[in-house]
Amino acid sequence: MMRTIRIGSGAGYSGDRIEPAVELAEKGDIQYLVFECLGERTVALAQQARMKDPDSGYDPLLEERMRAVLAACAASGIKIVTNMGAANPAAAATKTAEIARSLGLSSLKIAAVIGDDVLDACRERDLPIMEFEGSIGLLGNRLLSANAYLGAEPIAVALGGGADIVITGRASDPALFLAPMIDAFGWAMNDWNRLGQGTVAGHLLECAGQVTGGYFADPPYKDVPDLARLGFPIGEVGEDGSLVITKVEGSGGAVTARTCKEQLLYEVHDPRQYLQPDVVADFSQVTVEEIGRDRVRISGGRGTRRTGTLKVSIGYLDGYIGEGQISYAGAGALARGQLALKIVRERLKLTGVAAGEWRFDLIGVDALHGANLSAKACEPYEVRVRVTGRTESLREAVRIGNEVETLYTNGPAGGGGAWKSAREVVAVGSVLLPRELAKPSILFIGG
Amino acid sequence: MKLREIAHSRTGDKGDTSNISVIAYDAGYYPLLLKQVTSERVRAHFAGVVDGDVVRYELPNISALNFVITKALGGGVTRSLALDGHGKSLSSALLDLEIDAAADT
Repeated sequence: MMRTIRIGSGAGYSGDRIEPAVELAEKGDIQYLVFECLGERTVALAQQARMKDPDSGYDPLLEERMRAVLAACAASGIKIVTNMGAANPAAAATKTAEIARSLGLSSLKIAAVIGDDVLDACRERDLPIMEFEGSIGLLGNRLLSANAYLGAEPIAVALGGGADIVITGRASDPALFLAPMIDAFGWAMNDWNRLGQGTVAGHLLECAGQVTGGYFADPPYKDVPDLARLGFPIGEVGEDGSLVITKVEGSGGAVTARTCKEQLLYEVHDPRQYLQPDVVADFSQVTVEEIGRDRVRISGGRGTRRTGTLKVSIGYLDGYIGEGQISYAGAGALARGQLALKIVRERLKLTGVAAGEWRFDLIGVDALHGANLSAKACEPYEVRVRVTGRTESLREAVRIGNEVETLYTNGPAGGGGAWKSAREVVAVGSVLLPRELAKPSILFIGG
Repeated sequence: MKLREIAHSRTGDKGDTSNISVIAYDAGYYPLLLKQVTSERVRAHFAGVVDGDVVRYELPNISALNFVITKALGGGVTRSLALDGHGKSLSSALLDLEIDAAADT
């Protein structure tokens, strides 16, 4: 009989709900639980934290998530894979070992995958940045971090070495799921079609609730039951790469052909070439078939040889953003909101606030999609003025919110709920690094 | 009728590029999507919202189109001044597109 594993997806982003992962660990009949928690910018922010404190730099919810699931996972032998290591996987592994001990689970073997930090290699090579004209050298001291998207191999090696918990920094999201398949089935790292189909599985699972009915409901066209208790997904993967997406019975949400199709194309560009560190996956021939309640079979994922480069996410300081908001309601709200924007524009000019880029929005009218698409809409009961600008200094950014706030006493009638902010921007870009320059390795802690 | 009557949609973002899927509720509507939801119409629909090119990919197996739009997100979510820096709400705007149900596909 063909061997099958069940992989649960316990988080789709760093701040995600905690209880659905507990539900998976306790009732999901899973062998692996994956937490994808590392957004594009998160590593750069974590790197900043690590520079201030060498023992920090990992996901702030690491402790809460581990405490919530470790006992249930240990009891059922469920292995955990997560990128909650962020900028410091070794410290995250040490912390997790400490949490395990405090729960009386000191036999758990924990591994950190390190080597995604390729800042030095990138600086030496002055690689071109993909998002705009220029290369890394241009960023100078503003460059904070450079982390390569590592593949499934080091994670699979750590699992094969007996790790119960594998903690990575930057790794490709689907690779977190592909690694358990390689561990369980011994797929070869050049079995491109299986790696491609496994990537389809990882891609569908990596955003957790987004394939079980989250980010989907649009009543009355697309209704989803019980979103407050949304269940997170389980991928049932066979040795031959066959895949069924499902969820814990009785949990909220729904797994349907529609939810799976939406997630299949989420953040995908050319479906024939979904570039991954382990494989170039081809989603173009995928088929989706409902085979039971909350059970959807996904077939036809393929793959071709991986490329010679790894995508590297770079984080850099990119100036400051200042912002101010204030609301108007009732009769004439729109006219007063428009007057408020006119006043702030004039004030910013009069007082000489310097910004390279501005936005003047009316939330409730044109803030999301601009003037064209909103032109035919009827007048709203309330509007919210929003002014934001990009500046070179924090001091300048603060002045933008102030000019909105002063509308309280100097602007149109009935302005309420003013709010302002000024923040430093950590932006991300990407470069391509020759694959051999990233050298992942594994650190075992405890056990 | 609106595109919303025959298709659903989801937006994703990578850097300054947005992708918007358009998925037929029923495979029978797919030819209508192919014919009427063109790159040109999508670009025109989002005039003033996005600045870049629109490329369309076709996925007949799942009766879906995937639109990839560059320079769509004010530089990307990490640096955008926009309220919705991810562009998550763009899919709902696209579903407002007018479709001629009587047209010959």
